[in-house]
Amino acid sequence: MAMLSFERKYRVRGGTLVGGDLFDFWVGPFYVGFFGVTTAFFSLLGTTMILWSAAMGPTWNLWQISIAPPELSYGLRLAPMMAGGLWQIITVCALGAFVSWALREVEICRKLGMGLHVPVAFGFAILAYATLQVIRPVLMGAWGHAFPYGIYSHLDWVSNIGYQYLHFHYNPAHMIAASLFFATTLALSMHGGLVLSATNPKKGEVVKTAEHEDTFFRDFIGYSVGTLGIHRLGLFLALASVWFAALCIVISGPFWTRGWPEWWGWWLNLPIWR
Amino acid sequence: MAEYQNLFTTVQPIGPVHDGIPLPRGDWKRSGTPFLVHLFGRLGNAQIGPIYLGTLGVASLLFGTLAFNIIGFNMLASVNWSPIQLVRQLFWLALEPPPPSFGLSIPPLAQGGWWLVVGFMLTVSILLWWARTYRRARQLGLGTHVAWAFAAAIWLYLVCGFFRPIMMGSWGEAVPFGIFPHLDWVSAISLRYGNLFYNPFHALSIVFLYGSVLLFAMHGATILAVSRFGGEREIEQIVDRGTASERAALFWRWTMGFNATMESIHRWAWWFAVLCPLVGGIGILLTGTVVDNWYLWSVKHHVVPSYPSIYPPVADPALLLGGKP
Repeated sequence: MAMLSFERKYRVRGGTLVGGDLFDFWVGPFYVGFFGVTTAFFSLLGTTMILWSAAMGPTWNLWQISIAPPELSYGLRLAPMMAGGLWQIITVCALGAFVSWALREVEICRKLGMGLHVPVAFGFAILAYATLQVIRPVLMGAWGHAFPYGIYSHLDWVSNIGYQYLHFHYNPAHMIAASLFFATTLALSMHGGLVLSATNPKKGEVVKTAEHEDTFFRDFIGYSVGTLGIHRLGLFLALASVWFAALCIVISGPFWTRGWPEWWGWWLNLPIWR
Repeated sequence: MAEYQNLFTTVQPIGPVHDGIPLPRGDWKRSGTPFLVHLFGRLGNAQIGPIYLGTLGVASLLFGTLAFNIIGFNMLASVNWSPIQLVRQLFWLALEPPPPSFGLSIPPLAQGGWWLVVGFMLTVSILLWWARTYRRARQLGLGTHVAWAFAAAIWLYLVCGFFRPIMMGSWGEAVPFGIFPHLDWVSAISLRYGNLFYNPFHALSIVFLYGSVLLFAMHGATILAVSRFGGEREIEQIVDRGTASERAALFWRWTMGFNATMESIHRWAWWFAVLCPLVGGIGILLTGTVVDNWYLWSVKHHVVPSYPSIYPPVADPALLLGGKP
């Protein structure tokens, strides 16, 4: 029944945060728990709202379906269903589902005797989502500042916001975030590649060791962060990417309303140049 | 939460530093005496060095340093040799490729010639560094996965600075060297070709970029979470599965109904990271060569709706200048 050969001995009771033993069971490979129930509730309700909105919309073309937030004129009030109200319900459902999912991960961590790194890391992603859809719109005074739910429509939103600030690449937090995104991907390729190269060596060679991995990177660039360090570094880079991504958008509007190239004027006008 | 979460190394044992696995005959000796840096040890290994230079490494560093310095001196020349202005305007300064009027011919040094020289030197440096990546792995008996991942990044670099300019018939299409100037190039190519967000290869590339960050967050966090069971000893866990791998696998199985293995997560990682520049390069190579306007391309393929025309029609200024539609 959907169990791995070694799985049975790990399926023990306990570790729940809420509900005691009530929801402490599995469905197929999935652990349920109280937060599994709330995840299912929010995601089913949210998906239904998405489907309802799509059904009311002009198209079933998957790329073109879009569920927009309320017009700016609604400010931070509730909007009628077909004028952004659905978007509001979907956003609440999304946040409910994400937070439930994170708490369910906490329960699974506790059950398996693991650290809480994964749910904490996921918390950063939830924070970035909340920054875009709740924190920034609230700071700017209207839900209409959030992005629409649609594959291409959300790209249009990104594009439009970028040009509202003239040239978003000049946003210093965006520069740091983009650099961190690339750095994380670079580090991931090197880590994945290194482990694969040690376990899939040259034909006829035996599997290599962590000493070979360290030696390769020291020979290569003079430093090897090590088997434990690379996972810390990777996690740190990834979370920093998300953090600066959230920062770069929340300062656009609430903090700076003009073109981002203009922001750099402070540097050019520092008194030290005189 | 009161329990210990593995984030930083709290106690650093100091032992003899490791010079590395012996190198095969014919190789150079390693350079530098290894030393320890406490702060590095908080995160990972404290040991810095030694490094293997070798012919390929020295040649690569030579070309790379030359390229870097020529860029710097061109920037310095552009601010009339004022070191203060070099620092002040550093982010704005550029070594630009030749103007489009030169096509693919060789321009005078001051009009993009230096850009061509630097591009050549940097490319040589990068290719030598690739060969070094391959050779260092082989000399230790390792697979060459890192080198091939690096090759994917080189592909994107060559598309932007070499293949696409050649296909477009002008070095002027290439990316300038400089912080803001290269960002301006990114914006300009997007605007000129109908918004790169409508380029499906660009979209895929972003998916793999964000996917890589997501994967590293998931993988890094999972391994740290099972480090109390020795999860960071991945090679051992791959060849002889222990409780760390089992718990890591079950965590994801119970969370999302699916799990990788200790080896396959590194294959997911490698492919996500490699596909980011790989499909991105395809997207850039097609831009302007095969597809002139990604928005119109997307309308044609029913990916995006055509927006209602709320303003009177405006002629594309490029058409007025005699450009082809």
